[in-house]
Amino acid sequence: MELSEKLRILSDSAKYDAACTSSGTERRGTGGEGMGNTFAGGICHSFAGDGRCISLLKILMTNYCLFDCKYCVNRRSNDVPRARFTPSEIADLTIEFYRRNYIEGLFLSSGIIQSPDHTCEQMIETLSILRSKYDFRGYIHAKAIPGAAPELINRLGVLADRISVNIELPSQKSLAKLAPDKSKNSILLPMGHISEKIMENKYEIVKYKSAPKFAPAGQSTQMVIGATPDTDLQILRLSEAMYKKYSLKRVFYSAYVPVGDQKLLPPAGTKPPLLREHRLYQADWLIRFYGFRAEEILDETHQDLDPMLDPKCNWAIHHPECFPVEINSADYEMLLRVPGIGVRSAQRIVTARRYAKLDYNDLKKLGIVLKRAIYFILCGGKRMDGLIVTKEGVIRQLMSECAVKENENKSFSDMQISFFDDKNIFPTLEDRVKCLTREM
Amino acid sequence: MSDERDVIYYYDGTFDGLMCCVFESYLKKEIPLDITAHGSDQLSLSEIKFIETNTIRSERVIRGISKKISEEALLFIKYAFLTCAPNKDVLILDYIRKGLLYGRKIEKMLADDTVNLLNKAVYDLTNESHLFKGFIRFSDSGGYLSAVISPKNKVIPLLADHFVDRLRNEKFFIYDKSHRMALVYFDNKAEIMENIDFEMPDADEREKDFRMLWREFYDTIEISERRNPRCRMNNMPKRFWENMTEMNRSDAYTGSVRSISENNYPMIR
Ligand code: SF4
Repeated sequence: MELSEKLRILSDSAKYDAACTSSGTERRGTGGEGMGNTFAGGICHSFAGDGRCISLLKILMTNYCLFDCKYCVNRRSNDVPRARFTPSEIADLTIEFYRRNYIEGLFLSSGIIQSPDHTCEQMIETLSILRSKYDFRGYIHAKAIPGAAPELINRLGVLADRISVNIELPSQKSLAKLAPDKSKNSILLPMGHISEKIMENKYEIVKYKSAPKFAPAGQSTQMVIGATPDTDLQILRLSEAMYKKYSLKRVFYSAYVPVGDQKLLPPAGTKPPLLREHRLYQADWLIRFYGFRAEEILDETHQDLDPMLDPKCNWAIHHPECFPVEINSADYEMLLRVPGIGVRSAQRIVTARRYAKLDYNDLKKLGIVLKRAIYFILCGGKRMDGLIVTKEGVIRQLMSECAVKENENKSFSDMQISFFDDKNIFPTLEDRVKCLTREM
Repeated sequence: MSDERDVIYYYDGTFDGLMCCVFESYLKKEIPLDITAHGSDQLSLSEIKFIETNTIRSERVIRGISKKISEEALLFIKYAFLTCAPNKDVLILDYIRKGLLYGRKIEKMLADDTVNLLNKAVYDLTNESHLFKGFIRFSDSGGYLSAVISPKNKVIPLLADHFVDRLRNEKFFIYDKSHRMALVYFDNKAEIMENIDFEMPDADEREKDFRMLWREFYDTIEISERRNPRCRMNNMPKRFWENMTEMNRSDAYTGSVRSISENNYPMIR
């Protein structure tokens, strides 16, 4: 089979993995005989037609697979063309793409061939060629193969910058139904093992400077969204728990795209729930950077994120007792909870107000978007001139703001419009405004 | 106290030149209406002064900035000089004047118009240079890597360190078409050159193969059910596309690639 065809088959079957970031570790290349370095913030090298960042050469070693996970294109029972790369083909491709600055490194995963151990060994060989033969110091993300021996995972972790084990489904019930060859343990055990190794390694490095680093960019995982009836609350609780227990760097959410008709799953042609995925990323962000807990964002009576309001706005309108906050004196944590004020804006406010008392004009100069924030803040004890705040008005305003922002904004798309047009899926804006006003 | 005067400074477009304009402004206790690097033919009703570049003077200004304001402020001014902000030269003069008055506090005076405008310009510069770290595309011709970019700001000085570290055992060339400047890295030495012209050489067979493989990958990795051209455009504006292998297919090469491992890599010596 020709190389270009292999590349097509094996990138096509890797594309549903949402992780493509190259962030989390900074390594200079100095002194090395080969090439490459890594940049802590990660670098996007291109954006695909679906708007997603392309940072890594994301491919599978092979898409042959012994397992039959229902949500996966590569499942044994699916009739698709199969291919297999040799370790040196992958290494050469990575090096040549990297030299031309197409990519930041490699994201290597694989279907399971012969056995989990054998598969893992093939991946180790690929990474060894890159790291030893080519002295490649660029970014490598490797998928840990569920069921592979811990020693093999250890070797993989020393070669890679980031390791991931995808949990894919947020509940045990869904897992049993859709991934019959995997068990909760075959996923959580390696996750726990990797997180222990990362912790251990931190001490080793302090003790012996030369100790090899184990996955310096940490561990991540992915959940498929919309393939099962699990709620957003279940998903966020699990994410929060994994962040805590396994010190994960990231949880990725991947809207389910039907891969052939199957009884247990949404039928072919079902649109991937992109808005829901977007809301989950927003909520995840609040948990990681804004000091929110999953239970603050959702609770037993509201188990799913509001499609029409971002989770921060939603929290704010349900907590009128916390607002308005005074820009000149509120503490940083509280500023972060104001809709429309992000980390950068909050930092700017805290810096600038040391030198001058801020008014609304100053906020504009600092580049703070007031459209949403005005309903929740005071400057020098005053509301913005002419502003009238009624519950209903605020909700209506925030909803249309969210919709506008998501339509224009980089993170969202034309899909949004069709979501809102579809009256069957979501109530109209007016109905939702009334409903929320009553709730408050 | 200095007065605003109906005079325009012309200088040679170098950083030292601009520092000499600052020197002149202090010497004559005057604030020029404008400072400009392109001595245009535009009929001007103001008095015009050509400011000579003199490194003794510029170094005095530079030392003054780092001592009386801060090292960070000096770096900030150097960055500001690379931006494409309109009136950047006048703004830099104003920044220095205010800085010498208020000291290092100037860096945090975000509500001041000059500080604010320059901050935005520098943010735009660093942001653009970050994007280029990803969007630059090299072509290999006989072991030499070359790339062309068309940036708004002069990003090359900000890219040098990154690419030299990354491609330290290669020979490469990055050409900035908008400002006719280039970063040349050869025999482990990097140099920035100005006022030069460059045409990308035609791709050889091996180079064509890799362009094709990359395009194949690019097209395949998109999930068509999630197609979203607007989002792509926001993240990767059209002005970058011209110089990107996957976006500009005017050299479209069709066929298929059998294997790539016949050749050795120039880096393995
Ligand atoms: S083991 Fe991995 S590749 Fe194989 S079917 Fe399951 S998810 Fe797909």
